[in-house]
Amino acid sequence: MIQVFAKEFNSFLNSLVAYIVMGAFLTGIGLLTWVFPETSVLEYGFADLDTLFSMGPYVFIFLIPAITMKSFAEERKMGTLELLLTKPLTDWDVVMGKFWAAFMLVLLSLVPTLIYYYSLYQLGNPVGNLDSAGVAGSYIGLILLAMIFSAMGLLASALTANQIVSFILAAFLCFFLYTGFDSLSTFAGNQGLLVKQVGILYHYESLSKGLIDSRDLVYFLSVTGLILLATKITISSRQW
Amino acid sequence: MSLHVTHLTKLYGHQKAVNHISFYVEKGEIVGFLGPNGAGKSTTMKIATGYIPPTSGTVLVKGLDVTTHSLAVRKRVGYLPEHNPLYLDMFVHEYLNFVGRVFGLSHQQLKTRVPEMIALCGLTREQNKKIETLSKGYRQRVGLAQALIHNPEVLILDEPTTGLDPNQILEIRKLIKEISVDKTVIFSTHIMQEVQALCHRVIVINQGELVADDTVANLMKRQQLIRVVVEFEGEVNEQELAALPGVESVEFIRKGVYRLLSQAATDLRPAVFRFAADRQLSLVGLKQEEHTLEDIFRSLTATPIAE
Repeated sequence: MIQVFAKEFNSFLNSLVAYIVMGAFLTGIGLLTWVFPETSVLEYGFADLDTLFSMGPYVFIFLIPAITMKSFAEERKMGTLELLLTKPLTDWDVVMGKFWAAFMLVLLSLVPTLIYYYSLYQLGNPVGNLDSAGVAGSYIGLILLAMIFSAMGLLASALTANQIVSFILAAFLCFFLYTGFDSLSTFAGNQGLLVKQVGILYHYESLSKGLIDSRDLVYFLSVTGLILLATKITISSRQW
Repeated sequence: MSLHVTHLTKLYGHQKAVNHISFYVEKGEIVGFLGPNGAGKSTTMKIATGYIPPTSGTVLVKGLDVTTHSLAVRKRVGYLPEHNPLYLDMFVHEYLNFVGRVFGLSHQQLKTRVPEMIALCGLTREQNKKIETLSKGYRQRVGLAQALIHNPEVLILDEPTTGLDPNQILEIRKLIKEISVDKTVIFSTHIMQEVQALCHRVIVINQGELVADDTVANLMKRQQLIRVVVEFEGEVNEQELAALPGVESVEFIRKGVYRLLSQAATDLRPAVFRFAADRQLSLVGLKQEEHTLEDIFRSLTATPIAE
C-alpha cells in the first residue's frame, strides 16, 4: 500500500495538480474569509472562523473530485490498472494507497489555513478572544469531511473510465451527501431527524460546536469505510 | 514445470473466450502463443497472471494455483500486458524503482537492479527521460524492463513486438532471447517469423480451442500441402494440367504461369516436366514453394470450430 501511496502522492507533487488544488483552495477560501465583504471576517466584526468552515465544504465539493477524478479513471483508460493489479498488490492496497494520497493532499492544503487561526487569535480584542475548542472541532469536522469526499471521489473514479464523468459524479454525490439529506428531511415529516442524520451536514455542524461526539466520529469513519468498500468491490468486479 | 494450464475455460456471458485448453511450459522454454485476433490469447494470459479468474480449470505457476495463491504467483511472474500500458508521466528511473518496490525489492537491491535492467534493455541513454517522450520501441523496452525487474521465473509477454519497426522487432527479439536463458517465457504474437526465430514450441489456439501444441519443425512437417509454380512459354490448357497425376487444383497466376497444388506429399515436378516434354512445350520455370508457418497458421485457424 505504501508504494502506491508514495507513487500517487509523488505524481500529484510532480504534476501541476497539487499546486493548482492548493492554490485554488487557498485563494478561494482566502478571498471568502478576508476580502469579499459578504463573508469577510473583518467586516463581520466577530473573531470566529465560521466562513472557513461553512464555505470550506463547498470548495471541497469541487476540489476533491478534481484531485481524485483521474486516480482510477485514467488507469483504466490507459490500461495501467491491469499492470497494477497483476503486481503483488491486493485490491485493498491499491484502493487505500490512492485514498491516502488524495486525502493527504487535501490535508496539506488545509495546513496553511492555520495562519487564519493565528491571525484571528491576534486580532481578537482582547488578544486570544477566540473559541479555540470550536475551531479545533471544526477542523476535525472539515478533515473528516475531506475524508468522506476523498473516498467518494475514488468511488466515482472507479466507476468510469471517463474523467469528466468521474468528476461530475463525485461532485454531485459529495454535494448530495453533504446537504441533500438535510434538505430532504423537510419532506420526511416525523422521520425528518433520521433523514437529516444520514447526511454529513448534521454531523459536521455538531462537530463545529467543539463537541467531539463519538457518534459523529463513528458516522464519518463508517461512511468513509463503506464508500471505500464500494470502491474496492468495483475494482474487484473484474473477478465476477 | 513452470506453467501448467489444465482444462482452462473462461466464459464471458455465454461466449466461450477460452474453452478447455490444457498445456504446460517447462523451465527454460520459449513458447509462442499463436492465434488470430480474439482467439483467447490475451484472456489466457490475463488468467495466468491473476488479473481475471478462470470460469473453470486451473493454472499452476511453479506449482502454485493462481486463484488461491494469487499474490505468491504474481511475485514470480513478469507480465507485459497487451498495448504495453505505462505511467507516461513518470521518469524511466522512477517507474522502474516504483515497480521494484511493489515487488518488495529493498533499497539496496533496487540500487543494483534498476541500472542492471536499464543496461540490459538498452535504455541507458533514455533513463532520465519521461516515459511519454519515448518512442514506441523504447517504451516497449521499459515495459520489458518492468516485467524483469524482480527477476521472475516466468515471463508472460502479450504481443511484445506489435507496432514496432523491423529493426526494433529484431532488437526486442534479441532481448527476449537473451533474458530467456534461465526463465520460462511465453509470448503471444501474430508474426510467424517471430515464432520461427524465437520459439522452441508453438501453441496455437483458435476461437478458444487449442488446435496445435508442437515444435516448429513438427508443425512444418505436418503440413501436407505441396505447391509448385510452373511457367510455360505460351498458354497451356488448364484442364490438361489439372488432369496430371497428383494434382489437386490449378491456380492461374498470369499468362503461362500456374500454381499447382497437391494434397499428398508427392513431388509434382517430375510429372510436370514429363508433361511439358510430351507436348513439346518450353518449360521456363518450375519451382516448388516452401511452405511457411503462415500457411500452417492459416490452415490451423481457418476452419471455424462448430459450437
